[in-house]
Amino acid sequence: MTKAGVNAVWYDARAAMPLLSVRHLSTGFPMGGRWVPAVQDVSFDIAKGETLALVGESGSGKSLTAYSLLRLVPPPGRILAGEIHLEGRNLIDLPEAEMEHVRGAKISLIFQEPMSALNPVLTIGSQLVEAMTVHGLGGANPRATALELLATVRMDDPARRFAEYPHQLSGGLRQRALIALALCCRPALIVADEPTTALDVTLQAEILNLLRQLKHDFGLSLLLITHDLGVVAHTADRVAVMYAGRIVEESLVRALFKAPAHPYPQALLRAMPGSSHSARRLEPIEGQVPSLQDMPPGCAFAPRCPWRHDACDEAPPEMYPVAEHHQSRCVLVREALRLGAEPSPGRASD
Amino acid sequence: MPLLEVQDLGKRYEQRAVWRAPRVTHAVRDVSFTIEAGETFGLVGESGSGKTTTGRCILRLIEPTTGQVRFNGEDVLALDRKTLRARRRQMQMVFQDPYASLNPRHRVSTILTEPLDIHQVGTPTWRRARAAELLELVGLDRDAITRYPHEFSGGQRQRIGIARALALEPSFIVADEPVSALDVSVQAQIVNLLAHLQQQLSLTYLFISHDLRLVRHFCTRVAVMYRGRIVELAPVATLFDTPRHPYTRALLSAVPVPDPDVLPQRIEFDPASVDLDAPLTEIAAGHWTRSA
Repeated sequence: MTKAGVNAVWYDARAAMPLLSVRHLSTGFPMGGRWVPAVQDVSFDIAKGETLALVGESGSGKSLTAYSLLRLVPPPGRILAGEIHLEGRNLIDLPEAEMEHVRGAKISLIFQEPMSALNPVLTIGSQLVEAMTVHGLGGANPRATALELLATVRMDDPARRFAEYPHQLSGGLRQRALIALALCCRPALIVADEPTTALDVTLQAEILNLLRQLKHDFGLSLLLITHDLGVVAHTADRVAVMYAGRIVEESLVRALFKAPAHPYPQALLRAMPGSSHSARRLEPIEGQVPSLQDMPPGCAFAPRCPWRHDACDEAPPEMYPVAEHHQSRCVLVREALRLGAEPSPGRASD
Repeated sequence: MPLLEVQDLGKRYEQRAVWRAPRVTHAVRDVSFTIEAGETFGLVGESGSGKTTTGRCILRLIEPTTGQVRFNGEDVLALDRKTLRARRRQMQMVFQDPYASLNPRHRVSTILTEPLDIHQVGTPTWRRARAAELLELVGLDRDAITRYPHEFSGGQRQRIGIARALALEPSFIVADEPVSALDVSVQAQIVNLLAHLQQQLSLTYLFISHDLRLVRHFCTRVAVMYRGRIVELAPVATLFDTPRHPYTRALLSAVPVPDPDVLPQRIEFDPASVDLDAPLTEIAAGHWTRSA
């Protein structure tokens, strides 16, 4: 697909109501007698047929955001504030019984480790049939539908795999089985949480191809949660980068790689091996992600930021527009806007 | 003379069963390479390719079934227990998982002085001072010495793991996926630390990794393993620019490129298309491959 093609799909879809619209979502845990948000003020949209990648390092809140969408926040955590609109309905207010229908039928989840997500004592086939039956789908012949699904996710010999147990499958085949399970109720949105992190690089490429293909064939929307920017470049239409519980930058995929505005994604791209040309030194981001109980009063990235100045420590910055469909949570962007200058701190001149 | 010479190394596992012939698995087979002092030799491959087993066989953490390992010209596999233990001061290992490889009940001081205690190096006071010195060497504060592993982040724990490996002043380190459990930003810190230590302490590395981008960045020569064997071995630039073996080509083509303008050009690999029993032959200076 050409770049123009990807963008065109997005602009068209954007004109209509987005499939999923998250507004000011905060999810947190009780710590020392108060609620400490691990996901804070997160807002994003996903259009029909669009892939949004949520990128961040461990502790950034990307997985917790995904679990919040499905209202599957592990206790004692809970959603503290915000709205999650799916096809116009606010999922936050939905009774649990209706929410159960949403899970699987509207939004389904693909996990990092397929072995722990599949039932070890049931065959792949019976798990597919069960999932369809629970949601009243599968038609007169759920077995035929299940076999069709296994073929859709390009399993070799679907009839044989139908009768096999998860432990009999290789890692790549297990992930395919899990994707078939995620597809079986024809959801509108698939949330994939690090779907290829546990896989070898050749299998990773195959699974990413499969996800791209499925998105194309079924008009699926995909929320791809990953720590690996390499995975994002050819799979996502748009990217939201999270740091310490907040989205710090959101843009079309190309803009993130070519002209990141926030110092964190800038530094993250430089830290990747193969990005810098200096002989042996990588450019690390010094220091560490702040802990939840010990968040800086201003920008959470400020302590590690090469562009830090006084304004960074005053209050957490808001999202500021950088360009069309591109926003960034950095006071330097705000200041550049005020001065009418190039809205991108420390951007390489090339 | 190379620092390390590995020749025809093999590790075979037999699964014995009553009434049936034992099932034999070759975890590592016919593996040969040399590492010069000061080099960073990369061993890459997918899970189950035998790269970790190879690393452990060299240190005799696993006893190889066949082959030879020469360290400074001395046959490591022929050493008796006592001499092996003495030689291990020269050869150390850094493990993948900084969460699992440090004893959670031990303070950092104990973790770092333990190798010195075992090898009875210096007095207890000297060992403690050495531990503090090691912490500084890997970029941690001296007062970290009284703390427990759980008080540190993943990157800091890996620094402690590296400090422990350096305690006995080794010349050779097997680093088995030392940064694959870490976030990219922290990964870069640890890779830079390893590079810095190599220069400062004249270390030689065997760097085992599945991350090809990282290997390209960090290593001087690379061997690609597939199903227990080396299928291609070359200087790093040669291997990445002109891969010859079909498996290497497929592997390199699958690495995701963090650039939306570079379209991925996947090359498929058909295991039936290659003869793994073909000998490893030198097709250009220092570039070895099993002819397809």
